[in-house]
Amino acid sequence: MTLILSEDQELLAKTANDFVREHSPVSRLRALRDRSDPDGFSRDLWKQMAELGWVGILLPERHGGADMGLADLAVVLEALGRGLAPEPFLSTVLLGAELLSRGGSEAQQAAWLPGVAEGGRVLALAHQEVGSRYDLRRVCTRAERRGAGWQLQGEKIQVLDGHVADGLLVLARTAGHERDASGRTLFLVPSGADGLRITRQHRIDDRNAALVAMDGVEVGEDAVVGAVDSAGDLLETVVDRATAGLCAEMLGSMTRIFELTLEHLKTREQFGVPIGSFQALQHRAARLYMELELCRSSVMAATRAADAAAPDLAGLVSLAKARCSDTFLLAANEGVQMFGGVGMTDEYDVGFFLKRARVAELTFGDAAFHRDRWARFQGY
Amino acid sequence: MTELDDFRSEARTWLEAHAPASLRGVRGGELDGVWGGRKAVYTNPDQKRWLDVMAERGWTAPEWPREYGGGGLSRAEAKVLRQELAALQLPLPLIGFGLTMIGPTLLQYGNEAQKREHLPRVCRGEIRWCQGYSEPASGSDLASLQTRAVLDGDHYVLNGQKIWTSYADEADWMFLLVRTDPTAKKQAGITFILMDMESPGVTVKPILLISGSSPFCETFLTDVRVPVSNVVGEVNGGWTVAKALLQHERTMIADAFGGGAGAGASRGLQAWARHSLDFEGGRLADPALRDRMAQLELDTRAFLLTVQRSRDAAKAGHAPGPESSMFKIYGTELNQRRQELMVSIAGPEALGWEGEGFSPEALDLTRQWLRSRGNTIEGGTSEIQLNIIAKRVLGLPA
Repeated sequence: MTLILSEDQELLAKTANDFVREHSPVSRLRALRDRSDPDGFSRDLWKQMAELGWVGILLPERHGGADMGLADLAVVLEALGRGLAPEPFLSTVLLGAELLSRGGSEAQQAAWLPGVAEGGRVLALAHQEVGSRYDLRRVCTRAERRGAGWQLQGEKIQVLDGHVADGLLVLARTAGHERDASGRTLFLVPSGADGLRITRQHRIDDRNAALVAMDGVEVGEDAVVGAVDSAGDLLETVVDRATAGLCAEMLGSMTRIFELTLEHLKTREQFGVPIGSFQALQHRAARLYMELELCRSSVMAATRAADAAAPDLAGLVSLAKARCSDTFLLAANEGVQMFGGVGMTDEYDVGFFLKRARVAELTFGDAAFHRDRWARFQGY
Repeated sequence: MTELDDFRSEARTWLEAHAPASLRGVRGGELDGVWGGRKAVYTNPDQKRWLDVMAERGWTAPEWPREYGGGGLSRAEAKVLRQELAALQLPLPLIGFGLTMIGPTLLQYGNEAQKREHLPRVCRGEIRWCQGYSEPASGSDLASLQTRAVLDGDHYVLNGQKIWTSYADEADWMFLLVRTDPTAKKQAGITFILMDMESPGVTVKPILLISGSSPFCETFLTDVRVPVSNVVGEVNGGWTVAKALLQHERTMIADAFGGGAGAGASRGLQAWARHSLDFEGGRLADPALRDRMAQLELDTRAFLLTVQRSRDAAKAGHAPGPESSMFKIYGTELNQRRQELMVSIAGPEALGWEGEGFSPEALDLTRQWLRSRGNTIEGGTSEIQLNIIAKRVLGLPA
């Protein structure tokens, strides 16, 4: 494993950074929020990102993808993180399409993946429930056999991009009890299915999320993704890989808020000098810089481990997520403090980063959760 | 790749033919750490044989030019050699400030005569070096140093006091900073000079630390005569040489903590936990200590990955950044955190100073913890390193 960007990745990073600078500064997310945009993201930009090859980057060529790796996608995600771009990469590219391309049938893949790769279709993973927090085993939503198919009953919360998704991957219990590892099954449910009620939720980061209520939703046997009762391994691998991708996005966001803070330290004057000349602030900035550097190494290691399907992938993902969760939040908190009063205003962008830091932290496990998971892997 | 493979098999064959059997598989034990010098003491005669045979081959300083006693290896070959030494679990034949600090500095700033006089003797482990930088009134503000050097014919006459001189009592030569122009602005009047510790007028007094050991000394200089030819670089231009050497020192410290903070150390932590704490259902029962352990292990791993990333970047030809300051801060703080945590985990067993009722491991742990408090002071305090990052990396105004 080499922890540097390849020439191709350097080029990709440059393209993505230029794109974000031109098309997706934070002001775009602000505008979507201010006009209460019904989609919460730009379908037009999503299409452009697909044309650049980013949406299908992980998908096989036969489904319109580029057959590249997570370390490649990571440089794109990092650039998007700099602009807090709200397009559905996590839900569609890292979760939905990954579940289908790794666990779905040939028919499911043919029906959905080309549409995803061209920037047309959006997918979402409906796994979280009231009280489940970060435990992927804690599933109360039930699926029971009805004739030749299945009937789903239950409620999912904070489903990322749920209300703009064309298809939902619903995690349901088909056997066993609430916290059992086995007995979980994934179902691919079209968003127009009868008995499905999708309600948009508004979270602090202005990204898309929805409540998904299922009251006797009927699906056929062909809706099962992977094998009945044994979604566990597929789900855990995909969530680990997606978490590594989320960390890459967080890395971009924390790097950007740190740059904005440094710029402020160099230009804001008090007592007749730039406040960045004060040692108290210099040392805090220098410590934050070190934490960011350690984040970058962790993210690079996790994404490369994912591409190599390395045995220590889960451990490296916990390393990256624990570290990025803490450091993004620290960078955002330090940003607000160092910007001073204006850091508290809606007019400045700092608050957008702080809110995103909190959401990203609590997505797929916060730092304490991942430290505990690491300890478990280590046998203590 | 084939040339490197050839070198690997050549190195392996040679090491297997020449390494004393008693030193194989003992890396990391008490036979590590031969510093050499006139006063060297070898606990095992094979250590001396190992040093001599490696020095003969040029492999005590693998990357130095052959004409100065080095091995003339490329960076990639030197890495292969390190890997082969590690594979056979062989201790390094020689360590010390000659190899890590004054040697690289002389290669950069020394004149031909100085290189020919000093470098081969470093490679053969004949001369042990110490560093005369800090003074009682000049710690972080190093450039305020007051040790005077006054020209008298073809000698300088030195008067003053150095402090925190690591192992001055065991060293043969000192590289030191002296003030040659008291009227010039701080940095401008400093000269870098080499001094034989056996010169008349040199007195060395070890300093007892809170850990009970005395790795540092005070060095008193009274009318010590040093030849003008021992000046490295320009007279009054010593600050440039001094800074280059500090860079080598930080790299050495970062390397030491980069390696030492690795998996082996982490097993040490887990071993203490299994020795001292309750486990329930396969988990460490105390969730607070479990979290601290995981936090430390994760930070250690992230740190080691960052060291690797920096090396990968250097190998790919990217200019080295100011990583040494970051590695110095983070590596030393990690070591302190690990020592603190191990004492917390060991509990009352860690309270022994000496004598009965305490295991050797616990006594060692306690001394290591006390010693580690100095890690963030020696070699440039963390605060000085943070200043360097703020100004040189982040571009924050002075």
